[in-house]
Amino acid sequence: MCLAVPMRIQEIRPDGMGIGELAGTRHEVDLSLVKAPGVGDYVIVHAGYAIEKLDENEAGERLALFKELADSWQVHSP
Amino acid sequence: MKYVDSFRDPAIAAPLCDRLKTRGAALAARGGRARIMEVCGSHTMAVGRHGIRQLLPENVTLISGPGCPVCVTAPGYIDAAIALARRGVTIATFGDMLHVPGSEGTLGECRSGGASVEVCYSPRSARDLALARPDREVVFLAIGFETTIAPVVSLVDLALREHIGNLSLLTAFKLVPPALRAVLDDPEIQVDAFLCPAHVSAIIGPRTYEPFARDFRKPCVIAGFEPLDILFGLCAILDQMVEGRASVENLYERVVHEDGNPIARALMDRYLRPVAARWRGLGQLPDSGLMLRDEFVRYDAEKRFDVPVGPGRESPGCLCGEVIKGKRSPLECPLFAQRCTPTDPVGPCMVSSEGTCSAYYKYERRMRA
Amino acid sequence: MRQRETSIQLAHGGGGVMSRNLIRDEIVSRFGRGPLEGLPDAARISIAGRELLFTTDSYVVTPLEFPGGNIGSLAVHGTVNDLAVSGGRPRWLSLGLILEEGLPFEVLRRVLDAIVAAATACDVRVATGDTKVVARGQCDGMFINTSGIGDPIPGFRLGPERLRPGDWVLASGTLGDHGMAVLAARAGIGIMGGPVSDSAPVHRLVEAAAAFAGGVRFMRDPTRGGIASVLNEAVEGQAVGILLREAVLPFAPGTRSAAEMLGLDLLNVACEGRLLMICEPGVGEGILETWHRLPEGQRACRIGEVDDRGGAVILETVMGSRRLVDVPQGEVLPRIC
Repeated sequence: MCLAVPMRIQEIRPDGMGIGELAGTRHEVDLSLVKAPGVGDYVIVHAGYAIEKLDENEAGERLALFKELADSWQVHSP
Repeated sequence: MKYVDSFRDPAIAAPLCDRLKTRGAALAARGGRARIMEVCGSHTMAVGRHGIRQLLPENVTLISGPGCPVCVTAPGYIDAAIALARRGVTIATFGDMLHVPGSEGTLGECRSGGASVEVCYSPRSARDLALARPDREVVFLAIGFETTIAPVVSLVDLALREHIGNLSLLTAFKLVPPALRAVLDDPEIQVDAFLCPAHVSAIIGPRTYEPFARDFRKPCVIAGFEPLDILFGLCAILDQMVEGRASVENLYERVVHEDGNPIARALMDRYLRPVAARWRGLGQLPDSGLMLRDEFVRYDAEKRFDVPVGPGRESPGCLCGEVIKGKRSPLECPLFAQRCTPTDPVGPCMVSSEGTCSAYYKYERRMRA
Repeated sequence: MRQRETSIQLAHGGGGVMSRNLIRDEIVSRFGRGPLEGLPDAARISIAGRELLFTTDSYVVTPLEFPGGNIGSLAVHGTVNDLAVSGGRPRWLSLGLILEEGLPFEVLRRVLDAIVAAATACDVRVATGDTKVVARGQCDGMFINTSGIGDPIPGFRLGPERLRPGDWVLASGTLGDHGMAVLAARAGIGIMGGPVSDSAPVHRLVEAAAAFAGGVRFMRDPTRGGIASVLNEAVEGQAVGILLREAVLPFAPGTRSAAEMLGLDLLNVACEGRLLMICEPGVGEGILETWHRLPEGQRACRIGEVDDRGGAVILETVMGSRRLVDVPQGEVLPRIC
């Protein structure tokens, strides 16, 4: 129900609207629903609105965990 | 695409699939099987697009839930939107709604007949339309679950701040938790666990699912929409089932925070109040929708133009209601791929690209033949 | 009776099932004999003993100008490409313009300049033309029709009935750029940067493959409905099918991210400067090599094979599973779900 993509905030205008970027595609993003957005932050954009920030540390940890588990499962799986 | 492609890495998917198989076997060894409901239509789409059903062990079945706002929109709502369009109002809508059948036809057909129906990516386009054409009334089709509600309702906030007088909402907002409860309350529906939506959870927070885990003993796992997220989420569900646990697990921590998004919820609360809502398939559910509070009635298109939204007429023979509840698979519907196709849909599950029937038609129809 | 049964709907022009039904039921039933039979991209006709290729196409696009081109470049490339994929060398064009009252001269001049530039680059001449003006509201800025005449290049024997299991499916470049560029530029979508149209001629790619003509079985430029539409048409009713590999499909990054944002499947999205070719395996490497030497063939690659799954186009996903690639259903719309 909720197609959304992670975009990096490229700029924030005085009216609070921002420009988000995903691999070369840019779009106006309404930032009013997230707390203290900053240039360089990643946000999840749904229908032109940032609905939440993406926590880069958590994303990195999750990927690291995936890799770790994948390695160990590969070794142990019969 | 940063934070997208890394969650589609096949080198990690392969061992995740092996893991799924091992856990499936462990469950089977205890005589078990898993019927897992993916609540959200975006999960349904991702499962189809990435062919995930084929990667599952035999005793693990995915059942699509009621989480597609287009699919659960009652035909009477489309009828009201068409009535408005015929009256000369400009309808602004997400593209998804254009081909949903009402009692007599679709908004797309209405547009071909000359009505003004504009497709938007963002609700903000409706505000731009209203500003560009002050002589016309613009009505935004305000559908959606928790993820979409705050963005849409912020239109009212904008209209108030910018003194826009020609913009209103035809609301049919719906809430996920009451639908899950309805699924669990139906003795005919057998669901062992929920794969919980990614972005709805970002708004409502993981704690909302606790009663389902605690009182109904159903594992509830929140996962993102990328294939690795889904595979890992399914592994976590099987882990819980093998170990006989049922708890809420948030595996989408990069976006879903402990208390959800309080800013979005505050905005919803300021403008909206709970209301009984009609769901295609599930019927009328108490407090399962949101409508504008009385003080914002001028932004409520249903009242402003006096077009009451009735139940409408559902297509006879269509099993969408059963499919939405996960009781039946689209393949069991006699209309599926016969009288009901994406080009000429009978039921809403075939219309929405994330509808269960449409996803089956598009990605799996001939794979099973 | 539903409106879709009594009047023309936008989806009738979307390149999906409704378009196909319209053409089958209303056009082929009336005109489908002679050169129109089988609806080739260009008809083979014979005048005074000389064989010629003849085609026509109308161009309607909103907005008129988009990143990577405008309706003028499109009107030349589209018709040149229809001749080229029919195994022809484009020679002559006609140019019919329908202009809406109020169209700014500067837009008209940019479009006409683009037509001259594109025709020169394709080595075709505009031989005849016509201009009409209609009242405001009766057309969307401007419509263009071009017809084209070309010489057949000897050696090509093309047709989907020639496909055999093991044949290679080649794409001359990235997919879906044109459709995404136009959609992204449209009001109500508001995408900046990102997709750039691939509007370009493919006749040099066809000429380059002429040395291998005997091994080429099928050529199309995947416009409306994208490669999903073209490939499904190719295998419909045949004993063979097609297996595509997601991991090797060429996409431009900006096009891919815009599609991801709007929830679109790029296999369904139009190209206007790409060649989709199916050839016997023995000539595949050779054709790719010659294409790589051309600027328009830099990203050419093999995207799949013909197999024996009758009538089906299947995608092997990055995840290693397989899913159906269906005929697109008409109008491409952004979705939030």
